[in-house]
Amino acid sequence: MRYIGPDFYNITDLLTEEELLIQQTAYDFVQEKFTPLIREHHRQGTFPVELVPQMGQLGFFGASLPEAAGAAAISNVAYGLIMHELERGDSGLRSFASVQGGLVMYPIWKYGSDEQKQQWLPKLSSGKVIGCFGLTEPDFGSNPAGMITRAQRTSDGWVLNGAKMWITNGTLADVALIWAKDEDDVVRGFLVEKGTAGFSAPEMRGKLSLRASVTSELILQDVVVPNSAVLPNVEGLKGPLSCLTQARYSIAWGAIGAAVDCYETALRYAKARKQFSKPIAGYQLTQAKLVDMLEEITKALLLAIQLGRLKDLGKMDFNQVALAKRNNVRIARDIARTAREILGASGILDEYPVQRHTMNLESVYTYEGTHEMHTLIVGQKITGLNAID
Amino acid sequence: MNIIVLVKQVPDTEAKIRISDDGKHIDESSIKLVVNPYDEYAIEAALQLKETHGGEITLVSLGPAGAVTALRTGLAMGADKAVLIKADDSRFMDSQTVANHLSKVIKEREFDLILGGKKAVDTDAQQVGSLIAMDLNLPIITAIVELDLNGNQVSAVREVEGGAETVTCQLPAVLTCEKGLNEPRYPNLRGIMMAKKKTIEEKEISDGGIAVEIVSMEYPPQKAEGQIVGEGPDAVPELVRLLREEAKVI
Ligand SMILES: Cc1cc2nc3c(=O)[nH]c(=O)nc-3n(C[C@H](O)[C@H](O)[C@H](O)COP(=O)(O)OP(=O)(O)OC[C@H]3O[C@@H](n4cnc5c(N)ncnc54)[C@H](O)[C@@H]3O)c2cc1C
Repeated sequence: MRYIGPDFYNITDLLTEEELLIQQTAYDFVQEKFTPLIREHHRQGTFPVELVPQMGQLGFFGASLPEAAGAAAISNVAYGLIMHELERGDSGLRSFASVQGGLVMYPIWKYGSDEQKQQWLPKLSSGKVIGCFGLTEPDFGSNPAGMITRAQRTSDGWVLNGAKMWITNGTLADVALIWAKDEDDVVRGFLVEKGTAGFSAPEMRGKLSLRASVTSELILQDVVVPNSAVLPNVEGLKGPLSCLTQARYSIAWGAIGAAVDCYETALRYAKARKQFSKPIAGYQLTQAKLVDMLEEITKALLLAIQLGRLKDLGKMDFNQVALAKRNNVRIARDIARTAREILGASGILDEYPVQRHTMNLESVYTYEGTHEMHTLIVGQKITGLNAID
Repeated sequence: MNIIVLVKQVPDTEAKIRISDDGKHIDESSIKLVVNPYDEYAIEAALQLKETHGGEITLVSLGPAGAVTALRTGLAMGADKAVLIKADDSRFMDSQTVANHLSKVIKEREFDLILGGKKAVDTDAQQVGSLIAMDLNLPIITAIVELDLNGNQVSAVREVEGGAETVTCQLPAVLTCEKGLNEPRYPNLRGIMMAKKKTIEEKEISDGGIAVEIVSMEYPPQKAEGQIVGEGPDAVPELVRLLREEAKVI
């Protein structure tokens, strides 16, 4: 078994046999079941929902959570390698898993009541139900603390009012985790089931990025939910932010998968495509591009592996995740564009994955904390000065 | 029901093969090794039989120490235990020697059925299954695409030129599997985690006499470059003309 990707630094030796087997399973699944479908889904702007139970059966959702959460309790590096493979397929596929595992299962497991865990975790992990995470609002993206969605206490529950935007899986979701402020301006999480009166989730159209992923608005008009819908064990913005740390971790890994797909496609193409006297891979300018790609992928991978080992030891903090998300998405975005250059005109065709990754990575650059916000998070960490506000 | 599945670790069919410097075997140092695809059908068949009839699945492999990874994959798919007959020089052994070693280990165990691939994709010799059946004096059905078990009665379908034949025999028996028999499952994460706790017994062997020896290996001749005559329906007449007049195949 070897790490599936450009292994210039014997990275295989840093991974356990199990981690390699898990990568292999994810790789085989994506290449055999997903890749043949992606071109059409990307064209149509749809997500292959029929794969969700299969991914559940394989154990991909929230896989690094403890066994008590219905998960396989794999290492965080193994989990990262799954994300790497899903995003080699498409950022939309990885987004689905990041949301289901990191943004829905994780908070229910961490902050939910026993009843909520029993009701939702087995079904979410097996892919029988789909979840979504509603934090962002039309007027509050980078600044979620400003959210205006409200939760009003009643004698036996809550009434929710407001609107969320840019919510991955919103229209597909059977359960939405909605973050809203109570009368004391304290942020709380609510599990709102599909079909609850006053709740709707229309799909957003016209995306030129992450087309094979469903993105929705969530509209809440006097939505009545019982007390049992609120996540009892968390208050304040640290609730949603702790979830974002999980999902950002999966992005730090996923972005490498997209980069690897672009690099490998470009390398193969450059060796086969002849112009003037030889393959374009034989020209120095092309070689410089390919070497830059390999170099950045190798560094990103080492960063992700160490981040995962820290996470396994319980020593990872959000600043480190911010740095990894920032770096790995940036390099993936640059690599995708450079790969497109190497493919020339062919690069813009959807016969090759490169332009699709290029478009996808624009979303990945922005969601889960924009590149700039991660700069400011790390900037604050090293200077002690808050530049965000 | 106790099932033995023969498993061989082979180079990935997509791997770029390099012949070693002595010209007699494949250099495996930098290529990906996988479970022989035909053996995956055998593992899957065993798992399905176990699901309906119960029992235990033991994987048996002969190979270098690294072949343990192939066994681990089979255990992750759901097999119960595994035996590795360790031989660093296994790549130089002929089919007869391999079959003898496997038979010796199998003979010591209780089993009702032996399943294997119809061939290993690296050597392509298609002999080991049959030789084991001979060693153990068991009936064998090769290259099956359908399998049904009723009590002790095996009923299997084989593809033959232009049709299919149904063959039956009694257990214990040896069956070798052909593509199409089933769709091997992916090892799921729970299976992979559980495989860690399953035992892989290791046996050391000293090689027996080798009767058949590989003298040399050569790469296939380079394919001539293809020719693109055009695109879409417009290209058809020209394609037909070339096939008829130049390639002379139609
Ligand atoms: C496809 C997709 C899926 C998404 N899925 C989800 C989801 O499932 N759930 C969810 O809750 N959200 C989701 N989001 C929303 C995403 O998290 C937000 O888009 C992101 O947080 C940025 O918010 P914004 O788009 O409002 O940009 P803004 O916050 O308006 O930022 C615009 C620009 O200003 C910069 N900026 C803002 N503040 C500062 C500052 N203080 N200093 C310097 N620069 C600043 C930003 O970096 C950015 O470049 C998704 C977004 C996309 C595109």
